[in-house]
This record gives sequence, structure tokens and C-alpha cells, in this order.
Amino acid sequence: MPLIDLANPSRFLAFTSRILPWLIGGTVLAFTAGLVLALFVAPDDYQQGATVKIMFIHVPNAWLSMFVWALMSVAALGTLVWRHPLADVAAKCAAPLGAAFTALALVTGSLWGRPMWGTYWVWDARLTSVLVLFLMYLGVLALWRTVDDPSRAGRAAAILTLVGAINLPIIKFSVDWWNTLHQPASVMRLGGPTIHPSILVPLLVMALAFTLLFVTLHLAAMRNEILRRRVRTLHLLQARGAHA
Amino acid sequence: MSALAAVLKRDVRIAWRIGGGALTGALFFLAVVALIPFALGPDLALLQRIGPAILWLGALLAALLGLDRLFADDQADGSLDLLLTGPALLELVVATKALAHWITTGLPLVIAAPVLGLMLNLEPRGMAVVTLTLLVGTPALTFIGMIGAALAVALRRGGLLLPVLVLPMAIPVLIFGVSSANAALVGPMSFMTPFFILCALTLFSIVIGTFAAAATLRHGME
Repeated sequence: MPLIDLANPSRFLAFTSRILPWLIGGTVLAFTAGLVLALFVAPDDYQQGATVKIMFIHVPNAWLSMFVWALMSVAALGTLVWRHPLADVAAKCAAPLGAAFTALALVTGSLWGRPMWGTYWVWDARLTSVLVLFLMYLGVLALWRTVDDPSRAGRAAAILTLVGAINLPIIKFSVDWWNTLHQPASVMRLGGPTIHPSILVPLLVMALAFTLLFVTLHLAAMRNEILRRRVRTLHLLQARGAHA
Repeated sequence: MSALAAVLKRDVRIAWRIGGGALTGALFFLAVVALIPFALGPDLALLQRIGPAILWLGALLAALLGLDRLFADDQADGSLDLLLTGPALLELVVATKALAHWITTGLPLVIAAPVLGLMLNLEPRGMAVVTLTLLVGTPALTFIGMIGAALAVALRRGGLLLPVLVLPMAIPVLIFGVSSANAALVGPMSFMTPFFILCALTLFSIVIGTFAAAATLRHGME
């Protein structure tokens, strides 16, 4: 089904109600397989012990935190360039999910850092850039919450998202520079040159599970948002009718 | 061209007259820098070491403070609509407005920096370096901030939203501004490396800020 067919909200609603049960099932299956593999099959690290299991939650969240912003940027292009009617719905529903994944990446990273580095937080380049990414997600959320007219807020958020997408690599580069300036690379790095398949396979399954979770939640949130906008329009029409 | 010159002259003139608030930013800069020793203690050696960072932070906050004036007054009296529908290209108009805004709010910060540096026990060389980095870096803050100002006007919301949106994007400017000042003062790096990156960031921000602000105004004012 081409993307343009889904521009019709009714058709999109029908499509989501058909596909959502399958997605939910797939997510549950992938999480079951991933958690069994991660908790019982994957070996403990010879240095880190069982705390290495945090990685199976942490890394998929970190990868999704970037993936969601990329998706929001594509949706922003959809809003500004192609005027796709569902693009700003997609962008709006992706923002809280992206913020949640980024927050989870930060929290799990910090919990992992406590036994490994002896502290919950270090101003490491990666941690700092993810923190800035989190701040930018919160900025987009604040923008969405400021204005009640969805299409007006959508265009503003789209521009902010695109500017953020251009700026994020620059911020990442600057933070890397700043970090090497202040502290030499004393912080332990993950994994080394290669990851053993016994860890890589559970990690990939968990990444798939989290991605499926995101797609499921995103489609469900988009469905809710479309319904919410319909209710809003009905309310407006009703108010106008009562007035006239 | 004459239209742009007229916009520039008008904005500078309005900012300098009563109610324009051109020097409020510089006053705020002074107040922030004066607050720091109360928090850190009057240790001159410490203040000298972190002086460039204090000046850059103060200038960043002061630059943010004045941003909402960039379009808000024009929207209130309707002249923004005239600029939007006028014959001059909107990108050039907003770039001119940002230039005027920098002349009236950014440049006073740069001029005030050596005096404040004196209070932080900076040596003449340190004052010169910080002033130079601020001269190069503050236009970047104005042009990045212009995106936030345009968003605030398009959404008819001001207040804290603007700094929240703008601050994360100002991080690279802060990093390279402070690190080039520190590189010149304590080394070991050469001053030119971070300084050229700061120049590049400013040029980049001028382009991004101009196009993004113009696009925001176009899309937002419909």
C-alpha cells in the first residue's frame, strides 16, 4: 500500500486496526525471546559480572533515541514539503516516545555507571550528548504543549525538529571536542573491537523487540491523536452551531 | 537594498530610543557577572581562572534575554505583516533585523566585556582574547536565537519557551568560545584551531538562523 493512500485518516485508522494486533503479538514474542536470551543464555562478563545485562536494555533505548528523532525529521519534511496530512500527527506522537526512550537510555546508563565507574554521572562525551538530545526532545514537547491549534503547532515543531536535526551532529562534535579537552579517555568503553556472538544475538533480538514496541506504541498513539482531533473538530462545530 | 537599509536604520533607532531597551542586556550582563563572586567567594585567583567562562555565560544569558524583542514589538504594531507582504525578500529582511538586533544588544556586551574582565582580575591579554571571541561568537547567538524568537511570535507565546528551545543549540558556540579563550590564555592548544571553528559556527548559524526564521514566519503567520 503506497504511503499516499494512508493520507486519508479513515483509511489509516482501518489500516492500524488491522495491523495493530499483529504488532502487539510480535512485540510480546520478541520481548519474550529477547529477555530469555539476555537473562539466561547470554554469559556474564568476566569483569562486569551480571551488571552487563543492563546493556540489553540500555543499547536498544540509546539507538531508538536517535532513530526517533530521524523519524520526526522525515515527518517534519512531510509536513513542510509534501503537506502530508498525517505527517504532523506522526511527528507529534513520536516526540513523547523519543523522550521516554532517551530518558530510559540515560537512567539505565547511569545505573550501569554506578557499579562500573563508581558514580551515577560522569560528564562523558556520549552521556552529555544524549543529555542534550533529551533537552531538545523536551523542548519539542514544550512547543507542542504551548499551542492548541494542531496545524499551527505542527509547522512550528517541524521547523524546530529540522533545525535540531542539522544541529545535533554539530553538538555531538562539539561535545566530543570539549570532552577530549577536559579529560583524557579514561572512561571504559563498551565491548572493545568486537562483540562475541553470544552477546550480540540477544542484543539484536532486544533491539528488534524495542523497535517493535516503538512502532506499536507509535501507531496506537497516532490513532488516538486522529480520534482526538476529530473530537476537537466536533466540539468546535458544535460550539459554532450553538452560537448561531 | 534601500528597503533593507531602511529596516536596519529603523530598528537601530527604535532600540536606542526610550522604551527600546538596547542597554538593558548590558546591564543584565553586569548584574550576572557581579553575582558570581557572591556565590564563589572573592578569591581573585579563582575568578581569574574561570573568568572567560563567567563572561561567556553572562553574555549568553544576556543575549537570550533580549531575543523576544526581535519580532514581538513588530508583531504588536503590525509592521511585521508589512515586512512579510513587502517586496523585499523575507530572508534578507530577517537577516537585516538580526544584524540590527546584534548591533543594539550584542555589541554592547562585547564593549562591556573588557570592563567586566577587569573586575574578574583578567590580565589585559585575557580581556583582549575574551572580547575578540565574544565579538566573533555573539552574532551566532543572535542568529540561532532568532529561530526561537520567530517561533515565539508565530505561536504567540513568549516567556521561558524561547530560552528552552534555544539554549541546547547554543552549546557549540559556548564550548568553542570558552575553549578558544582558554587556549590563548593557558594553552596547550593553539588559539587558532578552536577560534576558526567558532568563526565557522557563526557563519553556519547565520545561514541556518536566517532560513529557519524566515520559514517559521512564513508558515506561522498564515
